[in-house]
Amino acid sequence: MTLHEMPTAMTPWSKEVATELVRDHAAEPGPLLPVLHALHEAFGYIDPEAIELVAQELNISRADVYGVVTFYADFRRTPPGRVRIQVCRGEACQAVGGRGLVEHATRSLGLELGTTAPDGSVSLEEVFCLGNCALGPSVTVSGHLRGRVEPADFDRLVSDAVASGGGER
Amino acid sequence: MTRIYVPRDSAARSVGADEVAQAIEIAAAERGVDVEIVRTGSRAMLWLETLVEVATPAGRVGYGPVAPEDVADLFVAGFLEGGDHPLRQGLIDELPWLAAQSRITFARVGIVDPLSTEDYEAHGGIAGLRRALTMSPAEICDEVTESGLRGRGGAGFPTGVKWRTVLDAASSTKYVVCNADEGDSGTFADRMLMEGDPFMLIEGMLLAGIAVGAREGFIYIRSEYPDAVVTMRAAIARAYEVGWLGPRVLGGERQFDLTVRVGAGAYICGEETAMLESIEGRRGMVRAKPPLPAIEGLFGQPTAINNVLSLVSATVVLARGAAFYRELGVGRSRGTQLFQLAGNVACGGIVETAFGLTVGEMLETFAQGTRSGRPVHAVQIGGPLGAYLPASQFDLPLDYEAFVEAGAMIGHGGIVVFDDTVDMAAQARFAMEFCAVESCGKCTPCRIGSVRGVEVIDKIVAGEDRAANIALLEDLCDLMTDGSLCAMGGLTPMPVRSVLRHFPEALHNAKDSQA
Ligand SMILES: Cc1cc2nc3c(=O)[nH]c(=O)nc-3n(C[C@H](O)[C@H](O)[C@H](O)COP(=O)(O)O)c2cc1C
Ligand code: SF4
Ligand code: FES
Repeated sequence: MTLHEMPTAMTPWSKEVATELVRDHAAEPGPLLPVLHALHEAFGYIDPEAIELVAQELNISRADVYGVVTFYADFRRTPPGRVRIQVCRGEACQAVGGRGLVEHATRSLGLELGTTAPDGSVSLEEVFCLGNCALGPSVTVSGHLRGRVEPADFDRLVSDAVASGGGER
Repeated sequence: MTRIYVPRDSAARSVGADEVAQAIEIAAAERGVDVEIVRTGSRAMLWLETLVEVATPAGRVGYGPVAPEDVADLFVAGFLEGGDHPLRQGLIDELPWLAAQSRITFARVGIVDPLSTEDYEAHGGIAGLRRALTMSPAEICDEVTESGLRGRGGAGFPTGVKWRTVLDAASSTKYVVCNADEGDSGTFADRMLMEGDPFMLIEGMLLAGIAVGAREGFIYIRSEYPDAVVTMRAAIARAYEVGWLGPRVLGGERQFDLTVRVGAGAYICGEETAMLESIEGRRGMVRAKPPLPAIEGLFGQPTAINNVLSLVSATVVLARGAAFYRELGVGRSRGTQLFQLAGNVACGGIVETAFGLTVGEMLETFAQGTRSGRPVHAVQIGGPLGAYLPASQFDLPLDYEAFVEAGAMIGHGGIVVFDDTVDMAAQARFAMEFCAVESCGKCTPCRIGSVRGVEVIDKIVAGEDRAANIALLEDLCDLMTDGSLCAMGGLTPMPVRSVLRHFPEALHNAKDSQA
């Protein structure tokens, strides 16, 4: 695997695969976040069944796992769209039209921030800073960071990604 | 064969560096010319990205900003020999924007192959560690204290003093944790360092480990930085291979192991105790102090927690001596700071200079105006919890104490510029909204006060009972300042108050439209 191609083909939820992933990380000190990241990367979200499983495997309470899953913005609890879009809402992007881009994104996709299209094609998320603050407005499309994104660029990036089936990264 | 350098930094990639590298490869093959493309970090002159550099006998000649469609033209212009072209910037090291800086921590970023240990050593790397291995832990702490280095994560605590506290704590297990959460909007120096010179951070972690007596370290990187995570992990693997990490550091008697941990989208996990909770596998809830993490930190053990830039600065201190570092800077702000020019700037990127330039000088000399071409109206310094400064405060010198005196803070060095189309009321509202979203929830003034703050600002903007609501907003700010455990709730009032004070037209005198 090189830096420039990081495939993460999404696997449908499977308890067997999940159990293996949990056990891969169970011996690390403070294993819960690494475990949840591994599950999230594999399945694209944290399945309700995963909470029970992780609790059992790590010998902690379900409430503890649930509490952590819900605390962190990264952990979805429903499957994402095939193309995952994040739009930056940070101040540096605001200074170069970021607010307008967020509005454009919600309008052109017909999606509120934090939701997925009913056909499962696209999910739209907010993010607070991608570390690309001199080249805003910034977005990520299927994990790829893009800078200086004007509304027209946004539409092109999204339609290209949807056409290529998402999952580039 | 000609050597060509194309950045692999994620900012450069966000505007097409991969596509440019590919176009060069294809064009070279078509023309049958032999080129070697080296992917480096970025010089952090981000308006020039994609900045392509060509090795010539006179030095590295830069072309930028290059788009893939420019590449054929560059070949025609003979760019492999440094030929003339409208995008030619000249010898990179002589560009005034760079030459006016003191790139002592960003010395290698954009120049070396980030994953080459040979490059790292050839460009002065590992010298600090070698020297440290000849010193006692206490001597290392003293040297860092003497240098005047203060934490670059925001609070500005003397790094050497912190290390000494951990060293003196009695325990057989201690940890070093690097704070690479870099959540502040307008900051990206930690990211660029990790992507462009990861061994420097590894060296900094090793130094801290030796100084405090720790055998294990964690680097906590925010999940919004996937490229930094990949690069750091690759560099760590390489460092194990060459024996910089592992059971016998540099062939000596010391052991040090290093692991990357990835955050999960919570700004509060940049606060050091919330970060420890997160590494331990819990919600990122801020811990009450005392105990200090230096006494009782990760897994209950003495822990040195430092920002990326503090750790890499320590390698400079050890390699070049405390006196060298101390001589840069002013007052109690010693050494260099990595200022990050962001937002609506013509020339965005990283300016590493000794402390002491004024805000205005920074804007004129380096930012060189706005990207939009409109006048600068406000500058937010120090991230989402930092103050908005109006033009009348641009004579403020960029040092810790001068900023505190003016009711502002340098924080992690982010400088976000806004032009005159900015709606300052909306910026004040955003500060409260951000706090509401990112609060860990432990203190009521922070958790609930911020939600109330958004509502009150909405009322003020709508022209509802303005005087009473402004008084209420001031009260809320007092309450949050006094009743919050950490700076999230405690400093959110800073940007809000700065808008009230310096931009009265935004809230006090807003038009009574819907009233
Ligand atoms: C809300 C909040 C967010 C913070 N975010 C960061 C951060 O992203 N990076 C960082 O290095 N320090 C951050 N800090 C400061 C850390 O708590 C801590 O002071 C720092 O990591 C210590 O390292 P230093 O002494 O090297 O600066 C934050 C503090 C607060 C209160
Ligand atoms: S001030 Fe806010 S973020 Fe900080 S501890 Fe209190 S509730 Fe948590
Ligand atoms: S604020 Fe958008 S990338 Fe930093």
